[in-house]
Formats: sequence, C-alpha cells, structure tokens
Amino acid sequence: MRFESPATLEDAIHLLANAKGTARVLAGGTDVLVQMRLGLVTPDLVVDIKGIPGMRDITPVDGGYRIGAAVTGAEMGEHAGLKALWPGVVEAMELVGSTQVQGRATMAGNLCNASPAADSVPAMIAADAVATIEGPLGLRLLPVAEVPAGPGKTTLTKGEIITSIFLPARPKHSGDAYLRFIPRTEMDIAVSSAGVSLSLGPDGMVEFARVAIGAVAPTARLVEEAGAALVGTQLDAATLDRMMAAVRAACDPIDDKRGTAEFRTKTAAVMAKRAAKTAFARAGGKS
Amino acid sequence: MNMTKRLRKTEGFKIVGTRPQRPDGIEKVTGRALYGADLSVPDMLHGAVLRSPHPHARIVSIDASAALEMPGVRAVVTSADFKKQAKFFMQDTLDNCMARDFALYDGHAVAAVAAKTRKQAEEAAAKIRVEYEILPHVTEVEDAMKPDAPILHAGRSYRNIPEGNNANVTNYVEFGHGDVEAGFKDADLIVERSFKTAATHQGYIEPNACVASMGPDGRGELWVTTQGHYMVRDFCAPFLGLEESKLRVTPSEIGGGFGGKTTVFLEPVALALAQKSGKPVKMVMSREEVFRASGPTVSSWTDVKIGMTRDGKITAAQAKLRYQGGAFPCGTIALGAMTAFAAYDLENVQALGWNVMTNRPMQASYRAPGAPMAIYTVESVVDELSQKLGLDPLEVRLKNAAKKGTKSSYGPTFSDIGLVATLEAAKNHPHYRAPLGPNQGRGISCGFWFNFGGNSSVSLHVSPDGTVAVTEGNPDIGGSRASISMMAAEELGIPYDKVRTIVGDTNSIGYSDTTDGSRVTFTVGIATIKAARDAIRVMKGRAAKVWGIDEDAVIWEDGAAKPSGPNAGEFPPMTMEEIARNAFKTGGPIAGHYEANSDGAGVSFGVHLVDVEVDPETGFTKILRYTVFQDAGKAIHPAYVEGQMQGGAVQGIGWALNEEYIYGADGRLQNPGFLDYRIPVASDLPMIDTVILEIPNPGHPYGVRGVGETSIVPPLAAISNAVSRAADVRLCELPMSPPRVLAAIDAKG
Amino acid sequence: MSKIHVTTTVNGDTVEYLCEPTETLLDVLRDRLNLTGAKEGCSTGDCGACSVELDGRLVSSCLVLAAEAGGKTVATVEGMAKGENLHILQEKILEHAALQCGVCTPGILVAAKALLAKNPDPTEEEVRFWLAGNLCRCTGYDKIIRAVLDAAAEMRGA
Ligand SMILES: Cc1cc2nc3c(=O)[nH]c(=O)nc-3n(C[C@H](O)[C@H](O)[C@H](O)COP(=O)(O)OP(=O)(O)OC[C@H]3O[C@@H](n4cnc5c(N)ncnc54)[C@H](O)[C@@H]3O)c2cc1C
Ligand code: FES
Ligand code: FES
Repeated sequence: MRFESPATLEDAIHLLANAKGTARVLAGGTDVLVQMRLGLVTPDLVVDIKGIPGMRDITPVDGGYRIGAAVTGAEMGEHAGLKALWPGVVEAMELVGSTQVQGRATMAGNLCNASPAADSVPAMIAADAVATIEGPLGLRLLPVAEVPAGPGKTTLTKGEIITSIFLPARPKHSGDAYLRFIPRTEMDIAVSSAGVSLSLGPDGMVEFARVAIGAVAPTARLVEEAGAALVGTQLDAATLDRMMAAVRAACDPIDDKRGTAEFRTKTAAVMAKRAAKTAFARAGGKS
Repeated sequence: MNMTKRLRKTEGFKIVGTRPQRPDGIEKVTGRALYGADLSVPDMLHGAVLRSPHPHARIVSIDASAALEMPGVRAVVTSADFKKQAKFFMQDTLDNCMARDFALYDGHAVAAVAAKTRKQAEEAAAKIRVEYEILPHVTEVEDAMKPDAPILHAGRSYRNIPEGNNANVTNYVEFGHGDVEAGFKDADLIVERSFKTAATHQGYIEPNACVASMGPDGRGELWVTTQGHYMVRDFCAPFLGLEESKLRVTPSEIGGGFGGKTTVFLEPVALALAQKSGKPVKMVMSREEVFRASGPTVSSWTDVKIGMTRDGKITAAQAKLRYQGGAFPCGTIALGAMTAFAAYDLENVQALGWNVMTNRPMQASYRAPGAPMAIYTVESVVDELSQKLGLDPLEVRLKNAAKKGTKSSYGPTFSDIGLVATLEAAKNHPHYRAPLGPNQGRGISCGFWFNFGGNSSVSLHVSPDGTVAVTEGNPDIGGSRASISMMAAEELGIPYDKVRTIVGDTNSIGYSDTTDGSRVTFTVGIATIKAARDAIRVMKGRAAKVWGIDEDAVIWEDGAAKPSGPNAGEFPPMTMEEIARNAFKTGGPIAGHYEANSDGAGVSFGVHLVDVEVDPETGFTKILRYTVFQDAGKAIHPAYVEGQMQGGAVQGIGWALNEEYIYGADGRLQNPGFLDYRIPVASDLPMIDTVILEIPNPGHPYGVRGVGETSIVPPLAAISNAVSRAADVRLCELPMSPPRVLAAIDAKG
Repeated sequence: MSKIHVTTTVNGDTVEYLCEPTETLLDVLRDRLNLTGAKEGCSTGDCGACSVELDGRLVSSCLVLAAEAGGKTVATVEGMAKGENLHILQEKILEHAALQCGVCTPGILVAAKALLAKNPDPTEEEVRFWLAGNLCRCTGYDKIIRAVLDAAAEMRGA
C-alpha cells in the first residue's frame, strides 16, 4: 500500500484518477481503517485529504454553512452557529461512534462509506444538503440523497472527491431533528432511523416538511408522503399516525443480526414520529 | 492468650475491612504494568493461526509448502506436532487448540505459522492449503438433540444416558429428593414454562496472548495472560512432551478473565512454534479470534415446573435443563442442575440435566459457570407464581428460603448461610418500597454459588529490615494482592505498607490451583494467614532464644514478641524489626510458608433488586436503579468486594438484555466483535448500589466467603422479572433484546 | 513497499520512526516506541483501550495510521504523571478502587483527562456518555464514574 497526503486538491485528484488497483480517500479513517483491519479492503493507495487547504473549514455561505470534507463530528458539535441552524444534522453526526470516533469521523466520510445505516445521511437528506464533488472532469453539485447507490457503493466516479457539503439557509421558525434506534445507548449501528426537517407558516402550521429514513432500505431515502402528511398540521395524533403509515410503507429492510425487518419498520415509524415532534418544538411550534 | 480467638477472628480487625491502595496500583494507572501482549523479547517471531471457515468438516489434507516459502516464515505447525493424550479431557483440550482430523466449529484452529512479523505470519497462514470435506453441522441445542442431527463425535456418551438420546448427548445428571409428583398434587397453582438463554462471552478486554520460548534441551519459558499458570503448565507440558518443572510459566498482569482464561488456546501452539523454529514466538488473538475461538458459555433450553400453595409455599419443583457446551463433552450441566433450586428449602425437588455437543467452540467457564442460566429459569417461575397468586415476591422467597439445616437440592445440608439475612436486608432497603412510574417494573432474584477451596501455596519472607514479602501462586484478577497483603499484615500485627505481595511463576512457589471458583481470597487467604503464623512461630523462637526462656512462654501481639506473663520473665517487647535485624545471629533468615488444601469455602447467596422502564413502542429496556445485596462472610477490602458485586451485576445486565452469540444458517458466527456483541457501556447504566452482609464463614480464620461469582447469577431473572412486570407480559428467552420484547408486547395485543 | 519516515512529538519528546504505510499509530506506539500503556482490545475502534490524544483530540490510536502522526503531538497515558506526581485522575482512580484488572484504565484515564479539559464540571450523565467508547468489563463503571466526578471536583478546587 502507498500512503499519500497531498497538499493540494489537484494532486489528490490526480493521484486518485491515475491509481492502479484499489484506491481510497482517507478522511477520518474510522471506516477505512476498520475495513482494512478486517480484510474487507486491501487498498493499493490511500490518499489523506486532511492536509488540503479548506477541507477542515466550516464556512458561512448565503445564510447556510459549507462544511469541509475533513471537518470532524466533534468540530461540528463545537460550532455554535451550525448547531443553531441545523441542530438535527449536528446531533446526527454526533451520534456517530464514541467520543474517540467523533475526534476523527467526518460527515463526507459517513456519506461516502454508503452504509444504509449511516447516521448523518437521513438528517442531511431531510435538510436537502448538497455535496460539492470535484474530479478530473471538474466540479459538480449533487444532492446528498443521490450520492449513495447501494450498500458500500456511491455514484462518485474514479478520481472524484467530495470537497464539502452545503447545508442551506432556512426560513425562520424552522427546526430539524434526527433519531435512531439502537439496542444500547451508544456504540451501536442504527437499526432504524429518521431525520425530519420542517418549517412553520405564520399560522403556526407546518408549511413544509421533509422526512428521511435510514437503515430500512439499501440507501437512506426521502419519504415524500410522510413529509406531505405533516403539512398544514400541528402534528396532532391522527397526522402523526398518517405520517407513520407513510414511513412504514416506504421501508424495505432486511432481516439480520441487528433486527428483524418487522422490527426495523415499526421502529423507523416511531423514530420519525419522535423526531417530528422534536423538530416541531425546535421550530417553535405549539400543539 | 485466647486460643479460639487466635484461630478464628471475626472482629477487632485493624487492617481487614479498611480500603488501602493496591500494591500494583501505580503500575496500572501509569501504563507500566505488563499484560500478556506487552512483552517483547529479542529475536522474537510472531505467530498467526489459520482457522476453519467451516462449522464442520473433515480435514482431508494440509499443504503448507507455499506458506513455508513466504518471506520471513520460520515454522508451521499442525496437530501432528503435538503428543497424543491418554485422557479424553486432555485430548479434547488439545484438539480444541488445534483441530485433529476434523474442524468442529467456525474458527477452529487448523494450522499455525511463525514468521518475522505478524503480517508475514498472517499472509503465510492464508497460503496454507487445506482440503476440507464439508459435513452437515448443527449449532442449536434443540436441533443437536434431534434423532437425525449431525453427530460431533460418536462413542463419547456416559453410560447413564437415558434411552432415546443421540450421541451428541454426552452427560446426564439427576439431583433432588422427595416425590415431585406427589408435591404437585398439593399445589394450588402450578406454573410450567420453557426457557432459552443464548451463549455469552466473558468479554475480557485483554485478548488472549503469550510469548513462548523453548530450548533444544526441553526447557521452556512461557509468559502468558492466564488465570492459572500451573493449569497452563498442566496442559502444555504433556501436549509437548516436556517435564513439568522444565517448563516455567510466568503469569503476566491479566486484563480480565472471568473464567475465560482457565484453559489454554494459544499457549501450546506458541510453544510448538517456538520448539520448531528455535526462537521465541509471540501470539496474540485478534478480537475476532477471541469471539470465534476462545470459550464462550453454554446456551440453554430448560423446562421448569413449580407448584405453590395459595399462601406461597412451594410444594414441588422440577427442572429439565439442556446445555450445549460446544464441540466437546462438558460437565457444566451438573453445576446448572445443582444450583437451580439451591436457594430453596424444598421437600420435593428434582433437577435433570443433559449436556449436548454442537458445532460451536468448546465452552469455558464464565463466572459461576452453569448457574446463571439455571437460576434464571427457576427465579422467573417463582416470580410468576407470586404474581399470579397476588403475593409479595420477596415474602415468597423468605417463606421458602434455604437456611442452616436445610437439605439442599443438590444433596449436602447447609451450615451457616446468609440467604435469609440477605433477603431481609433487601426487604428493609428503601429501594424495595420506592414508587414506580408508568411502564416501569421491579424485579428481584436470588442467586447462589458454591465457591471453591482447593490448593494454593504461599511463602512469606521477613526481610532484614522487618518488612515482608509474600509470594503466592494465583494471578490477581481484581485486587487480590491487596487483600492478601492485608491479611498478612493483620496476622503479623504490622502496617499494611510493610507488606508487599507478588505472584510468583511456576518455579518460584508451590502449586496453586487456578484463580477461579471465587477461591483466592478464601484459600490464598488461609495459606497467607497460616504462613504468617508459621513465621510468627519462628520469630517467637528467636525472641525466646535471645531471652533465654522457653518458646511457649512467648506470645505475639501488635507485631512484637512478648513474654507471656510475669512468670516468663521481665522483658520489653521485641519488635519484628528487631527480630529481623538480628536474624542472622539468632538462626538465619526468617520465613513462613503454607500449602493449603482447603475445603469449607462456604456457599454464598446474593439478592438483586432492579427497576426498569420498558419503551412500549420499541421494546427498549432502561435500567433505572439497581441494588446488590450479598453475603461476603468477611469483606477484607470492601471496595474490591463492592467491585465484584457491581461488575458481576453489570455482566448479568448485558447477558439479560443484549449479549448473544448469533450463528447464521451457515454455522458461522455473525457477531465476532464488540460492535454487535453488545456488552454494556457506561451510558447504559445507573450507579450499582451495594449492600455487603457479613455472615462469617466458619471454614475461614477471618470468616471469608468467595464473592466473585455469585453476583452474576441473579441479574438474569431479576431483570426478566422486572421487564415482565413493566411490559405486562412474561418473557422466557434471553437476551431480552428490543426486537424480542417488542414482539412479546405486540403479541399480547 | 518502502517505509515511511515520520517525525512527531510524543508526550513532549520529539521522536522519529520508520513505519509501514499500513501500520497504525497504536502499532507504532507499542511495537516501535515501546509505549505499551495504550492497549489493543479490538483494533476496530470499539473498546477505547488504545485511547490517546492527537493534537489535543481524543482518538482511538488503532484508527489512526502511523503515517498520519507526522508533525502532530501525541499524548499517551505514560505522559500523565509528572515525575513522582500522579495526575489527580490517576490518584482518584486508585483511591476509589476504580480498576480491577486495569487493562481499560489507561484508556479511561486519557479519555477522562480530555473530558475535564473540555468540561471541568461534567454531570454524571455527561461522564457516562463521554466514556461510552471505553469498555470496562470488570467494574460495572460505578467506581470509575465516581472517581472522574471526584477528580473533576478536586481539579476545580471544590
Ligand atoms: C466504533 C465505531 C462506531 C461507529 N459508529 C457509527 C455510528 O453510530 N453511525 C454511523 O453512521 N457510523 C458509525 N461508524 C462508522 C464511521 O465512523 C462513520 O461512517 C464516519 O462518519 C466515517 O467518516 P470518516 O471520515 O472516518 O471516513 P473514512 O473512513 O475516512 O472514509 C469512509 C469512506 O468514504 C470515503 N471517503 C471519505 N471521505 C471522502 C471524500 N471526501 N470524498 C470521497 N470519498 C470519501 C473513503 O474512501 C471510505 O470509503 C462507526 C465507526 C466505528 C469505528
Ligand atoms: S483497540 Fe482501539 S478502540 Fe479497541
Ligand atoms: S478494570 Fe478490567 S476492564 Fe476495566
């Protein structure tokens, strides 16, 4: 294996684009090193992107934030502005692993690892986050939901790197939240999860809502019907039941050592309900 | 001097009962303490093991030629490199370390390589070509008992096996007395339930590791993390054809064992590689190897039937226990059948047990081996009976509790035991009366463990400055060097910090049984106290000699020799320091020793109280409050006694809620890592409150009972009873993972 | 496959080493620098026994490539005591008997030190969640949590 830590983005792209065999971008390494250790991948080239200027920055842009691809979960949690604007996304990222993992893990890495259970991804999808991708053919922007292609697979092409993720500005009276179900209180991979982002109209009713779910399908997915069910309401019980039914209908999980399909489906809806209530309360909603 | 007080002391302690710092403390908080994997020696090779990916296969051939040509490779060993054993148990243990003819479980060692680096060894191991003939496999106890089940080994069943069992059933046991059928007729209510428990792992944080070296003269050295270095020698010397005293085994600091390090896995392999390569070889298991190929517990399938009168008297109790202990015969079932009803005073009781072989790793001990899963089933049914009869579950236990004079369900009659006092303590504790909220439930369970005695050696050396060096032969798994120093200081009448205790290697102190069975503070304690008395005898003799009086006219008090009375003569006390300083003039170095062969360990009981909250929408269980009540006989170092009670309780919490070995239909272990083998983490838990009771054990000079194991026994049922009450549905399978609890809640409608 | 030359600072001292590209910081600390205080309990980030600080951040050293440590500062358990003087956390762990086998202790100490640097007055719950990645199989955590809270109080001068 060859290890490189290029000082410029151009060099990184060049290395990756011309790599023979298996190449891996190294951000926090909390997936890459585990996979190497367990013999799941044996890279020929590892390109550490942490030394590239800008990768470690959180930059305010157009009322939103651009989060560099090497920003760690711990750094996101320490950023007051980001936390105030997108508390759900930050809490999702902060759920990733232990304090030790937080010191290294990145949101871009969480996305590119393409685990169906990745915690930050449903929250980012609910937030309508956009990834900036740079590669041998230049720069493109892609909604986060379109990055994972299936377990362990992304739509990135050879030589492409996510350089940052953009979380947009949002109207007043907005809130987001993310919840996952795990058997313990920490150190587990999500059995089911849901991220909800919503905004209230002047009448205090939900005007706009996005609900995304994780660990219940090959990739995290947006459940449009679930979001739509919340619009025009103050999350009364019947509304929440409708939203939960939409979530369950969108689930397509597997049975495995972490939970049965039935359990995943049921709890995904419960997570969505609870996250919706938290997001609503964060938006200043009163029911 | 009051002789009875000298022989048995239960009060008036100066040091026993205090909480001094442990002698190995500084090394452990500074990172200097050396554990199994922390030793490196010059010119050392690294070993790696090739393991079977198949749960059951015949090994047709092994071709290591490609591996031997890999860079850095110095030796390859297979089962052919070990001596054949005459005794089944020895051969089984060897075959578990290195498969002979058959690979019997996923992860079973098939060959091993030594090379210059670990990476080279691993790469070379992957190049060993093994031809397997794949055989049908079975991993679950109920399947392995079926008539058409794949058979692990034929011809290993004991003769007493009842008709109708296949050859996977190797052991059958029966305990009890009275007439259960008659007893059931007297019952107002009978509850009969079937239970299952998953196999769990000790989960020690330090993986198995050792460094072996061997000379051509048959002399070997082994550095190893183990609970018993004599045990390691007992296995390794015959496996390699060595003379016992030529193999010196030195125990490293041990990073947790809980029974899991009471046997060998890597050790004989490392020695064989060292023998073949002529170089020291270090071997360390990866976490995945620890899960796949060390010794988890049995899993169980048990039917329990108990009858009770309206006012809570048990009229009859019966259990049928079936344990699968992995790929070789094992006797843990006997411990299960013996402990199942031990907490009760019963007229009619019967416990039957079957051991079953499956394609899983050979089980090893885990804290009170066999007991938690047995007592879980009984305590669950007792709770259900209490609930259905509208009785207080604690009163029901008090009403039926075993006490002094009870003929135990496994035969012997109990002497001084502390169960009633422990139950009373729980009853009078504020925890038992605290209010509960919605979706919350309280559970209670009794627990029991025999505790072992056995063999241990201690030698106690009085240094010329009057300080004391104690050498003992039992690895310290949780602070025992502190307790041993305390007992030596207490007996000698000197300050704690004048004593230092170390664990000697196999050639520097006499034979000592493994650190297990909660036996160390008890047995090594006896040996230490007697070694101290031996040294005192010598020191009194020296004082007598100096004073020119009769030895019998000297007594020992507060760390000094004194004349026994005015008739003996008028001499000022002669301190230990003075005696030591003059030792070379009065007869030479001063030491005491004792080789214990003890029984009378004294059984121990515990009672656990737990409050839980169950999320009705997800099946998640949160532990809200936990209190452990346990009889310690005498707590030498109370902080370490509390630690044993807390640690055992939390291991039990893990067992109850989330820990399990999960095998797929392919017979492979699906969760060989801490991510999916879910041991409790700090945020899962509340503080674990402890109440130590001290009902002295007549079998120990200070009244000590073992405390290490009992604490893992009650949590399974205590939590199951709490969850069952909180969720208002009886749960009969462990772990009570959220999917299982939610399914039970949903099924109730 | 050539080795990588790395210069870094460990516990205040400048050190240099040659490492394979696949080696982790934990491998190098233990096998090349003879600092065996950090333990390998899993090598996959699950147990916390290998905890160190890297540029002041708590990390699992098994999840850091040794080559990444170039130009950074590494702090391990071996650097906690100053000469004869133990760190207050070390004293409190001993005083509370918050270790049994002690193999988790180096990781717990390093993690707890990082916590108190960031949050000198943590609640019990904050300590528990901060230490959730440090597995201890012996103690049930009770005494560890008490020791950390007690150390925090003493360090605040309370
Ligand atoms: C103990 C432990 C617990 C964990 N718990 C959780 C959890 O609770 N929830 C969860 O979701 N995950 C969890 N993880 C997984 C992991 O920590 C996360 O997925 C993390 O966010 C990955 O980020 P990273 O920066 O470490 O990624 P890396 O390991 O550096 O990279 C991950 C993958 O993405 C690629 N990649 C990284 N950055 C880029 C980029 N900018 N452009 C293109 N490709 C890139 C890499 O090549 C690699 O394939 C856990 C891991 C461990 C070890
Ligand atoms: S060894 Fe690094 S976290 Fe376990
Ligand atoms: S003290 Fe043994 S693992 Fe923590």
